[in-house]
Parts: sequence; C-alpha cells; structure tokens
Amino acid sequence: MSLTNVFNIAGTGMTAQSVRLNTTASNIANAETVSSSVEETYKARKPWFSVLQKQWKDVDGLNRKLDVRSQVGDGVEIKGIVESDAPLKKRFEPNHPMADEEGYVLYPNVNIVEEMTDMMSSSRSYQMNVEVMKTAKQMLQRTLTLGQ
Amino acid sequence: MSALGFKNSLGIHPQVMQLHAARAEILANNLANADTPHFKARDFDFQAVLEGESKRSMEMNVTSERHLRGSIQTDSELMFRNPYQPAIDGNTVDSQVEQTLYTENALRYNASFQFLNGSFKGLKGAIKGQ
Repeated sequence: MSLTNVFNIAGTGMTAQSVRLNTTASNIANAETVSSSVEETYKARKPWFSVLQKQWKDVDGLNRKLDVRSQVGDGVEIKGIVESDAPLKKRFEPNHPMADEEGYVLYPNVNIVEEMTDMMSSSRSYQMNVEVMKTAKQMLQRTLTLGQ
Repeated sequence: MSALGFKNSLGIHPQVMQLHAARAEILANNLANADTPHFKARDFDFQAVLEGESKRSMEMNVTSERHLRGSIQTDSELMFRNPYQPAIDGNTVDSQVEQTLYTENALRYNASFQFLNGSFKGLKGAIKGQ
C-alpha cells in the first residue's frame, strides 16, 4: 500500500534533517575551538543529501502502471558528512596558550550566519515532514473506518 | 445490472483513492527532498492517468507508402514540475507548492472516501431492508 510508504519517506526526511541539525549544532558549538595546526582545527561539517532509490518488486498492478517505484525515490539518504574546505581563520593572539611561534591562533572555518540559516531551514523542513506524516496518518485512519 | 450491484454502486472512487494514495507518495518524496541538491520535483497528470491516457504515442506523418513510419512512445506518466523559482543547487522543489498539492490531494482522498462510505452505507441499508 502506497500510503504506508509515505511514512517511510517522511521518516527518512526527518532523519536527514535531524542529522543536518546535529551538524549545525556541532559547528556552532565548535565555532571558537582554537588550535595551532591546520590538521587539528575543527572544520565546518555538512551532510550530503541524495535521493534514496530502493529496488522494489512490483507488488500490484497500479504501481507497475504508474512506475512509481523505479522513477520516484523513496525519500532522502545521507551519503556522508563532508568537511568544508573554506580557509581557516587565522588570528594574531600572541598571549593565547595555543598560539604558534609567530603568535597566530587558528579558528575553525565556521560561518555563524550560514549555520543559523541552515538551522532555521532544517527545522522548517523537519516540521514539514511531520505535517506530511500527520496527514498520511489521518488518511489511513479514515480508511480504516470504511463501511462502519 | 442495477445501480445497487456492488461494483456499480462504488463507481470510480476505489480507483481514485488508489491514485490519490500513489500521488501522496510522490508528493511526500518531493517534500522530503526539499533540501537535496539536483533533485527534480515529480508529479503526474491526475486526470490523464485516471482516464488511461497516460501512454501517449506520436507517429510521424507520411505522404508516401515508402516513407518510414517512426513513432515515439512516452512510457513515463511522471513529469517534472516547472519551478517558479529555480534554486542555485539545481533543486526544483517549491515547498509551498508541494505542500498545497499534498493537502489538496489528501482532501480529495477524503472526499472519495466519503462517497465510498456513503455507497457502503446505502448497500448495508439495502441488505437489511430498512
């Protein structure tokens, strides 16, 4: 039944958005995590979304007719978390305990403005998926009362 | 067969509900992929699929018997949505458009349900003889 599939799709959407929210939280929390070498410095992390394509068997004629399974995805998949390759921020702070020989401290390449907009976007998308699930639930529940 | 027969009294609504359920899946997938780069929003022409006109074929005009007859068959009913505001990452999902369509689809599903339920109630009444 395709309506129950809506739950799975909205579920993958919610998972993906919560991972995105997690990376945003991690980025903002580590925005001021200093280091004295490029390798050790925290770099902004972003999830990499892609369409989830499952292989399905044709269960009923309608799905074969619509060819839904092969053409439309089954939600979102997180392919991985990638680190941003934007340049790190170098600040001259000779009194800092982590400063290198020249007195520079490396700050992560986290852009707070970008993270805040990302946070808002992901929380809105999460809400949207919840609404989709809610509506599908109502549709299914009404269907169960058919003939009563 | 009379209008009270099981098949006749239900009308087109069972098929309509199935189609609405399938469309809900497609629209939910569009909404779930609202932030996926390069994702293209999909949908199908409800009216056309319902009427079974989904497989369109185009044939070449021939003016002589010896001309080749080429024909194109589009086997895909699923089309791509034209975005109002294309995004820079290649995503064509307009969340508000998809959400509107999804809600409308759910309402139409409920409407069909209502009709179907009414038919069953009528049939029940007929069986009981009330």
